[in-house]
Amino acid sequence: MSAPTTFAPRKVPVPRHLHAGLAIVLAGALLVAATFVVGSHVSEYYYLAAYTILQFIVLGTAWNILGGYAGYVNFGTAGFFAAGCYTTVVLNKLFQLPLIVDMSAAAVTAGLMGFGTGYLALRLRGVFFSIATLALAIVLQTIISNWSFVGGGRGVYVVRPEISGLFGSYAHLLVMLMIGLATCAVLAAWAVEKSWIGIGLAAIRDNETAAETCGVPSLRLKLIATTTSGALMGMAGAPFPYYVSYVDPATAFSLAIAVNSIAMPLVGGTATWWGPVVGAIMLGSVQQILTVTISSAANLFIVGVLLVAFLIAAPRGVVGIVRGWKRGRQ
Amino acid sequence: MSATILAAAGVTKRFYGFAALTDVDLAVDRGERLGLIGPNGSGKSTLVNCFTGIIAPDSGSIAFDGADITETPAWVRAKHGLARTYQIPRPFRGMTVKENIEVPLRFAVGHGSARTISDAAQAILDQVALADKADVSPKVLTQVELRKLELGRALAARPKVLIADEVMAGLSDSEVDEILALLTQLNAQGITILLIEHIMRAVMMFSQRVVVIVAGRKIADGRPDDVMQQDEVERAYLGE
Repeated sequence: MSAPTTFAPRKVPVPRHLHAGLAIVLAGALLVAATFVVGSHVSEYYYLAAYTILQFIVLGTAWNILGGYAGYVNFGTAGFFAAGCYTTVVLNKLFQLPLIVDMSAAAVTAGLMGFGTGYLALRLRGVFFSIATLALAIVLQTIISNWSFVGGGRGVYVVRPEISGLFGSYAHLLVMLMIGLATCAVLAAWAVEKSWIGIGLAAIRDNETAAETCGVPSLRLKLIATTTSGALMGMAGAPFPYYVSYVDPATAFSLAIAVNSIAMPLVGGTATWWGPVVGAIMLGSVQQILTVTISSAANLFIVGVLLVAFLIAAPRGVVGIVRGWKRGRQ
Repeated sequence: MSATILAAAGVTKRFYGFAALTDVDLAVDRGERLGLIGPNGSGKSTLVNCFTGIIAPDSGSIAFDGADITETPAWVRAKHGLARTYQIPRPFRGMTVKENIEVPLRFAVGHGSARTISDAAQAILDQVALADKADVSPKVLTQVELRKLELGRALAARPKVLIADEVMAGLSDSEVDEILALLTQLNAQGITILLIEHIMRAVMMFSQRVVVIVAGRKIADGRPDDVMQQDEVERAYLGE
């Protein structure tokens, strides 16, 4: 009974542990396809709103790689974001390059900044590290505010490049790009979480000294986390000048960026890669709706209220609620 | 292969004005069961921290398995086979008991498949009698179970030397016996054991040799019975 099965189509099984990664890629591809089909049939406002939410998916996910997995709370997200913004501004003034090059350059700039922060984390733990990151953002803001080449404190106008006929509008292109970046960011977070790096970071978060005693190379792992996290934040900032077409330090270093990137993972849940995504979609949508219906000033207020509510009622965020619910059913 | 596996030579450590260790020499022989005793605050844990790389001595050197490791980071020492437990248990609270054991298996021993690591962790849990707690959080463990978890995590690093820093403090007599039996069994498997302990009954039963540290200085080193009869040791423990 040895039938020739050589030509039968063989089903290649996808290992179980890769399912989530595949789902992330599929979700990204579907979103790109949907955006492409919708094209310019909808008001540009929806693209601008989607851009903001996607930007916060990237920022929240990036923050979580260091803050959620390793337990090192970064208050200076805006500094990394702005480093990305101003990399684009500088490149835009010097040469006209494709946005993807700006983003790669921003990844390098902010990644190097992240690497430096990693060395801070060599000596500073807990709240001292957090304050150092805050100080880093303030120092950077002061430098940018006094650097006239990039507009100093007055800010700078950025001319959007021409777009090809494929895209209905520039916002259309930016959203597509952000979907790609968000997909990459979430994939990176997932890969870190599920690999030996994630296990090592979790050990560092729970007890760094004990982790070292168990053979965990804490400095190396922290550097990987700060560099990845910083680079992703910088990439999220790179397209921003083209999105708003005018950047000043007050916008690029806005408090809202730092607060949102912490609030979103906390509301969603810091333990897994999908927590920050859920948090960013929840908080991001609520903010967009409030901006339109009430006022943009209600933005941060509602983030604050939601954050306090979650910290009291569900300190492990949506992830914690879902896990508790699953456990209850078993 | 020399008889000494772990040695401190002329180790001095000051915390601001306080001399925690002054010129301490201590050599641990391969396969030995060595007891390290001394009153509270005498510098025992500081010495352990110098051995394992948690703190760096101000002067002096640490040698392990024939190499000078004074400048070696803690995680590398763990990889080379120098394991310890903490006086106050430091479990990874966000993980299950079994995942705690898997950390040193993954990082100190090397990268195996998820399956081999899981099997090895289960074997360690059996050895320290925690198998039934594999999937619970360390938050719900009792004191004696937490000490066993500390020992299990140290064992998972496949140590040549195990430094047990007050693993029996606060335990009942029968629990002390349980831990002692485990340590004796590990020693029989070839692991050198440095036992830091206040419970004299345990020290006297377990140790082949006893070293006494008082106020950061080594004052005695010898067979348990001889050491305990020295006047200096008696004064340190019982007063004038």
